[in-house]
Amino acid sequence: MTESIVVHNVTKDFTLQYQRGLKQMAVARARGLTIKENFKAINDVSFTVEQGESIGLMGLNGSGKSTLLKLINGVMQPDAGTIRTRGRIAGLIATGAGFHPQLSGRDNLFLNGAILGMSEKEIKSKFDSIVDFAEIGNFLDTPVSHYSSGMYARLGFAIAIHVDADIFLADEVLAVGDRPFKKKCVTKMQEIRQAGTTIFYVSHATASVRAMCDRVLVLESGHLNFDGDVEEGIRYLQYDDDADDIAKKGTTDEELGADI
Amino acid sequence: MSKAADRARPDDVDERGRRRNAAKRARALMEKKANAMPVVEAPDGPRQVRVVEAELVDPAPHGGIAEVFQQRYLLKLIVQRQLAQMYAASVLGLLWSYIQPAMRFGVYFFVFGVVLKSHGGNTPNFALHLFAGMVFVHYFSETWSSGTRSVRQNRALLLKMRMPREIFPVASMVTAMYHTGPQILILLVICLIVGWGVSFTSIAAGLLGLAILLTFAMAMALFFSALNVYYKDFQNIVATFTQFLHFMVPMMYPYSTIARLQDNHPWIYQLYMANPLAESVLLMQRFFWYPTVTDTTKAPLSDHFPPDLWERGLIMLAITSLMLFGAQKFFSRLEPKFPERL
Ligand SMILES: Nc1ncnc2c1ncn2[C@@H]1O[C@H](COP(=O)(O)OP(=O)(O)O)[C@@H](O)[C@H]1O
Ligand SMILES: [Mg+2]
Repeated sequence: MTESIVVHNVTKDFTLQYQRGLKQMAVARARGLTIKENFKAINDVSFTVEQGESIGLMGLNGSGKSTLLKLINGVMQPDAGTIRTRGRIAGLIATGAGFHPQLSGRDNLFLNGAILGMSEKEIKSKFDSIVDFAEIGNFLDTPVSHYSSGMYARLGFAIAIHVDADIFLADEVLAVGDRPFKKKCVTKMQEIRQAGTTIFYVSHATASVRAMCDRVLVLESGHLNFDGDVEEGIRYLQYDDDADDIAKKGTTDEELGADI
Repeated sequence: MSKAADRARPDDVDERGRRRNAAKRARALMEKKANAMPVVEAPDGPRQVRVVEAELVDPAPHGGIAEVFQQRYLLKLIVQRQLAQMYAASVLGLLWSYIQPAMRFGVYFFVFGVVLKSHGGNTPNFALHLFAGMVFVHYFSETWSSGTRSVRQNRALLLKMRMPREIFPVASMVTAMYHTGPQILILLVICLIVGWGVSFTSIAAGLLGLAILLTFAMAMALFFSALNVYYKDFQNIVATFTQFLHFMVPMMYPYSTIARLQDNHPWIYQLYMANPLAESVLLMQRFFWYPTVTDTTKAPLSDHFPPDLWERGLIMLAITSLMLFGAQKFFSRLEPKFPERL
């Protein structure tokens, strides 16, 4: 087997900038206010993925899943550590695809395809199949800013899945689609998985992760706290270390709401 | 994704990053999302082995401008997009980029050529002298100002997809060529009508001027596009600056006006001549305008070009090339932080 993704001691710092613009910064500095604060969205994470493995990436919201995917596809760069990937990467990260709001679906299709590394010929040959899959029908020439979030995700997914990538990243984006479309996407992902594509799948739906993944990674506040078997990973997430916690009623519904 | 929750982190997170009540939160979340995604079992049959020929590499782009030119199809699409966007919802469309310079030219010609007579009577074909300068100042201003805005404008793409980010300022430069190209053509036609010729010297001047212009414009666009990601003030600073550029090159007045400064204010003269754009405009006039002058006793070479035109030109090209190199270094240093700053 060949290594597909090698992540080595990767850390990603985010700077929370409270003041923007030169003037505001000068004012804040004069008053001695905090201008910025650092926190580690990914904290010293290491793992290796073999070509063809299908990984379920799990963790509460804000734990760094989307950030990790952005580091893997090269949108972001780590502040420490190294990331190495083999082959073409495609997928959908965070909310929606990288579309240009003023451009039509058609123009975005070409632009997005080109960014993902497809040639003009390749895009043209897959054009009909992408449009069919996305089910956007006569909205093809409408600016994507007029699309519903479902249509947006459908087109984004349709392009990404047609790239013939070696690594496919699927963040929670599909959550916005309707059920038949989700089913189509998951079926397609099973197909490319069968064909040996490395997959990263972010989902909170345990049954779906069980069916799709060979291995689970769990992120907690940027730490990779679990890496292994799917069932064990799900269990790790759901069960407390000490049994007393279960009895405790510390968390209000409101607090839980913040996660979802 | 609540930011408030993150700032509270130190209190309710253990040293491995596990939140207080993490399990409870996870159970609630999973219960809620249990049916969010349909379950599709893997198809039957053995899993295929996909052979990937590529090497293990850093997924982030590091190729700089060179990588942009390897992705010519993408560059073409981005340029088309910029052109389309500029003229979206406008009736005259692309014509606007000629109407505005044409009007500006008319005004300058009237004010400086007719009213003020700033050419001092020793600049035959003054209109050409002016136009040859204006075309290239226009090219520079547009590359610089739209290049400065370019990275920020493409935030939507940049946040989601991997690409060499230099592609946006480079696209601004190419877009500016679309606007300047026809103007150069008009310039050439007028030169030919008036009576024009080329010589080895004038061609060398034209090429040197062009090289200075392109490297300088690219360097400025790259440098300021990166700065503008951090502080949006820079796009306004650049826009303000471009307003003055027309006055800082010898086109509304001949070089001799500036040369006279040497006597009393030598350092002002040096400062003026240190502007790569001024040097580039002089070389362009050497190529376009000067060969149209028939009676060179009326317009002696020394009135219109510095004695050290060539030395200055070559040194300037070395400087602007260094600037481009430095700007690329600067851009590459800031670039990793672009996504989180936008
Ligand atoms: N551009 C950014 N600037 C600052 N903080 C960010 C940025 N993007 C994400 N974060 C923060 O990083 C943490 C991890 O976010 P994310 O990777 O989106 O989590 P997940 O996808 O697991 O919900 C969150 O606390 C989020 O607020
Ligand atoms: Mg996320």
